[in-house]
Amino acid sequence: MTETSQSTENGRKPHGGSLMTLSKRTARRNAAEKRFQIYGIAAIAVGLLMLIILVSTIVSRGVGAYSQTFVTLQVELLESKLDKSGTRDLEKIKKVSTFGYAPLIKNAFSVKLEELGIQSELSAKEQAAILSKSAPAQLRDYVIANPDKIGETIEFRFLANGRVDGYMKGRVSRESIANDKSINAEQLDFVDILVVNDVIEKTFNLDFITGADASDQRPEAAGMGVSMIGSLFMMLVVLALALPIGVAASIYLEEFAPQNWLTDVIEVNISNLAAVPSIVFGILGLAVFINYMHLPTSAPLVGGLVLTLMTLPTIIISTRASLKSVPPSIRDAALGVGASKMQAVFHHVLPLAAPGILTGTIIGLAQALGETAPLLLIGMVGFIASNAPDSLASGLMSPNSAMPAQIYEWAKRADPAFYERAWGGIIILLVFLITMNTVAVILRRRFERRW
Amino acid sequence: MNDMTLLERDVDTKNIKIAANNVQVYYGDTHAIKDVNVQIEDKTVTAFIGPSGCGKSTFLRCLNRMNDTIDICRVEGDILLDGEDIYDPKVDPVQLRAKVGMVFQKPNPFPKSIYDNIAYGPRIHGLARNKAELDDIVEKSLRRGAIWDEVKDRLDAPGTGLSGGQQQRLCIARAVATEPEVLLMDEPCSALDPIATAQVEELIDELRQNYSVVIVTHSMQQAARVSQKTAFFHLGNLVEFGETGHIFTNPEDPRTESYITGRIG
Amino acid sequence: MPTLWLVVLLFALAAVGFVLGRSRALATAGGDARALHSLPTYYGLNVALSALVPALGVLAIWVLAQPILIETRVSGMIPDELIPEGTTRGLVMSDVRRVADGLDEAVRQGSLTKSEADNLRSDATDVRARLGEVGVALGSDVRPEVLTAAQQFRRMTTTGNIAMIVVIGMLAAGGLAFAYTRTNKDFRARNVVEQGVLALLILAASLAILTTVGIVLSMLFETLNFFKLHPWTDFFFGSTWAPNFRGDSELSILPLLWGTLYISFLALLVAVPIGLFAAIYLSEYANRHTRAFAKPLLEILAGIPTIVYGLFALLTVGPALVKVFGRGEDGLLGVDWMTGATSVLTAGVVMGIMLIPFVSSLSDDIINAVPQAMRDGSLGLGATKSETVRQVVLPAALPGIVGAVLLAASRAIGETMIVVMGAGAIAKFSLNPLESMTTITTRIVSQLTGDTDFASPETLVAFALGLTLFVLTLGLNVLALYIVRTYREQYE
Repeated sequence: MTETSQSTENGRKPHGGSLMTLSKRTARRNAAEKRFQIYGIAAIAVGLLMLIILVSTIVSRGVGAYSQTFVTLQVELLESKLDKSGTRDLEKIKKVSTFGYAPLIKNAFSVKLEELGIQSELSAKEQAAILSKSAPAQLRDYVIANPDKIGETIEFRFLANGRVDGYMKGRVSRESIANDKSINAEQLDFVDILVVNDVIEKTFNLDFITGADASDQRPEAAGMGVSMIGSLFMMLVVLALALPIGVAASIYLEEFAPQNWLTDVIEVNISNLAAVPSIVFGILGLAVFINYMHLPTSAPLVGGLVLTLMTLPTIIISTRASLKSVPPSIRDAALGVGASKMQAVFHHVLPLAAPGILTGTIIGLAQALGETAPLLLIGMVGFIASNAPDSLASGLMSPNSAMPAQIYEWAKRADPAFYERAWGGIIILLVFLITMNTVAVILRRRFERRW
Repeated sequence: MNDMTLLERDVDTKNIKIAANNVQVYYGDTHAIKDVNVQIEDKTVTAFIGPSGCGKSTFLRCLNRMNDTIDICRVEGDILLDGEDIYDPKVDPVQLRAKVGMVFQKPNPFPKSIYDNIAYGPRIHGLARNKAELDDIVEKSLRRGAIWDEVKDRLDAPGTGLSGGQQQRLCIARAVATEPEVLLMDEPCSALDPIATAQVEELIDELRQNYSVVIVTHSMQQAARVSQKTAFFHLGNLVEFGETGHIFTNPEDPRTESYITGRIG
Repeated sequence: MPTLWLVVLLFALAAVGFVLGRSRALATAGGDARALHSLPTYYGLNVALSALVPALGVLAIWVLAQPILIETRVSGMIPDELIPEGTTRGLVMSDVRRVADGLDEAVRQGSLTKSEADNLRSDATDVRARLGEVGVALGSDVRPEVLTAAQQFRRMTTTGNIAMIVVIGMLAAGGLAFAYTRTNKDFRARNVVEQGVLALLILAASLAILTTVGIVLSMLFETLNFFKLHPWTDFFFGSTWAPNFRGDSELSILPLLWGTLYISFLALLVAVPIGLFAAIYLSEYANRHTRAFAKPLLEILAGIPTIVYGLFALLTVGPALVKVFGRGEDGLLGVDWMTGATSVLTAGVVMGIMLIPFVSSLSDDIINAVPQAMRDGSLGLGATKSETVRQVVLPAALPGIVGAVLLAASRAIGETMIVVMGAGAIAKFSLNPLESMTTITTRIVSQLTGDTDFASPETLVAFALGLTLFVLTLGLNVLALYIVRTYREQYE
């Protein structure tokens, strides 16, 4: 490195050294360059790692919700208990409450144990406690649906208790239930015996996808189905309102609006609305739709209205972008053959911009589908809708939940069995979002025109 | 080979600073520069002329490996700076560019003060040991860039606030501040008005005292005014290279003649 | 829902109008469409729109205005001295509405006839029990003035609804008839229709302004109500957040603001360096394939709903942090600094992850807007890439990046689900990131969910919080958008 020292000496030829030798300073600078590049790679790696952790957590903790432990028993539907009159009159059968069915289940256990030749020190009540608290109701629903089966012995698949289900899935262990009043170690031993004898089995749980939410005591019976329908109705409202209004507003702003202060105000307004926190829209919904207009609380209609207002700016921004991408020559061509400006827009510009508008709308809908905060304020949580709505009007007006609100509701509950449901619900939510985004991407790829 | 006979006459008068032998440049599948041989002398202004897209700028950017920043660009053949191959794997382009400075078509001062614009190069190359030395380099460079008198009172003003011609002279001063041995200029006057152009051309003539200057230009008049040697490029080929006066008055190749008389390009 | 049927009726009328208008136009032209000024469709559309639009507009206004008018009239009927101690006129009015709804329900189910409902007397009938039978539960016995008011309320609503149907119906029919009589072959139907459509387009565009006005007004009114019940000095300058039901709540925004800003700061501390470095790498170093692969993957993080991040904070990150910083001897560090899963750090880290793609894609755009000439100038002087980035590109992009960070900050401040699930519910001033703290958004959610009583400061404070949040985020957004726009113009 003699050259470098010499070069600083005379100051005339600072880079006098041969190109083939790397000066110390260059080496140092190259090291700094390497470090800088590593920071960048590390940042991306951290981001991707977070994504991987997030996705793997969701999948690993949520997949359990899709299998469920069932106990299969032969139940004798005693006529003496269920239909004393013997007339098979449905009104009379309905008078028998779930308490009337509990003995049948206890009985079924003792029959099963006898058949398998198993001695158990558990009381009949303790044996029946490995079933879900909704087991008698399950049986009652079946009998009411099939009154002619009374008097026969049927094979019935009962939901197992949430703790038993957790034990089968490895979430509950003998140590973890030490202070648990709802189940004890002997009952788990009993479960082990029944598993060996194929009475208890774990299978795919369709009810989680189609069913309704259940109360705090019965995590094993809770499902996403009804809240999915709630979300569906909200999305219908959003689609029916946000798309036409958004497209109309965009057409005006992009094609007709004069350059004046009013247009400026509208534009600034829209770009700012897009960044207003979603909870503020919830407050608006509560104050205007519920408090002022007295629309029903928890109704998907109100949720849809709130989400419409929230989604509108997104749709307007993307629609304007796709209108803008249609070249002016198209408009000129239409005007040139004598079309009015309105005709030029509706006959030529709008159809050409349609794929872009559709893509933007789907992305806006996906955003609305995952939104939770405003729904909390208009009461779409904490409500247990037990049945799917039977008509469009009741779907819009009767109280319901929505997918993200349902997930939040489960996450707040005390029993960890509900956490599994929450993660499982997220999988469904994400499947919807991924599908919608994929459709949007495909639409864009397939129909996007490069002018 | 008749180019070579022309060259030999000059070799004994000046040192060869850069020698390019059989240089090929590819952009992806496009063969942009075909088999170029050229020798650039020290303390001389060499002009590259030719119609748009003829490869003159591409070739210029090979001389300090600026093409490295373009992913799909590939260079073959040797380019020797003082006898050393600049495309040798051992060569660090950063060190090379300190020796071979560059001025671009559009003035591109950094969004910093005039002082910081000039001091940028010396700082990253560690040319000054203290503030006084740096001040010294900045003043010297601005003087060489013939802009000192115009900016000496506002060294803290942003470089982007100067006029176009001033900006370009600032960029030249900035390139000079790193003490290069060769100065490459890619159409340095194309964005300037005639008065600013005249100032820059005057400056180029002065720079010839200390540097080997290579200038790419669109304007044949400019090449005739500032350069001693001229190379004519056409469709990626070096068609003719020689004394500027000779090329303009008595071109050997018919293509050169057509270009100079305005029939192609 | 008489309104719904009315709307259906209007559309049916419009359809009829379309057919009538079209055929009349053709008839005046002797069946030759070429003799018409406009295409036949436009004549139909003109009649249809004339019938539909004014009627729908008036209907919308009517539906909005009728409840207020009736409320004020009925409310005026109740003398001040009949409003019991400890409640307000608003509470009495909500009783009136419930009784009125109950009577409606009873009539619908047939347990009361219409005239019975109108003539019920609270001294003669146990209204509470009668309504209880049809599933309308009332909190207390119905006082006579409330019942009278409710009956009046019902009468006025019925009258109003009938009047609405008549007026709207006449308006629609009138519009139809007017447009129909104007239809002849020289009528400029297209121009008229296009004017109408343009008006509709303008209406749609003004909805954005209407939304903003709605947001501001709805929050402003309730905030003013709040300041009538609670001193504004305590809200803005107090030091404690302690709502209770004894009526001496301390409701100061400052501890909430502190929690919000602290969590947002931590989130930015995570998101800005990672997002910025990722953006630099993607725009300056990465080749096309890496970019095409990493950029969309990172952006997935931005598309994940916040409820997922909330759950992740509550059930994964929180417990993991407790494992490290808590549990005393059993923990990884053997310290007991953290007791619960909810903490400033939990919420901050998770929110930071959410904001990474937000910062990175905004900065990516901004870095790409720096002209290549700037980079060439630096590289041409012999600078390395990192020197170019740090000393030329980043300073040039700085205003834009500041704008991006401000936008991210506004996101963080307004974020709800992550803090609701991950931050905790304790309002305090503390610097310890391992403690639970609460934010403005969490308090809005907790004050407005469950049973809300719009006459208590504990509920109304949520609107004051919401308004503050709105002003805060709006200010940040306007500032950020302004900075970014000026930055972009500089390089255009």
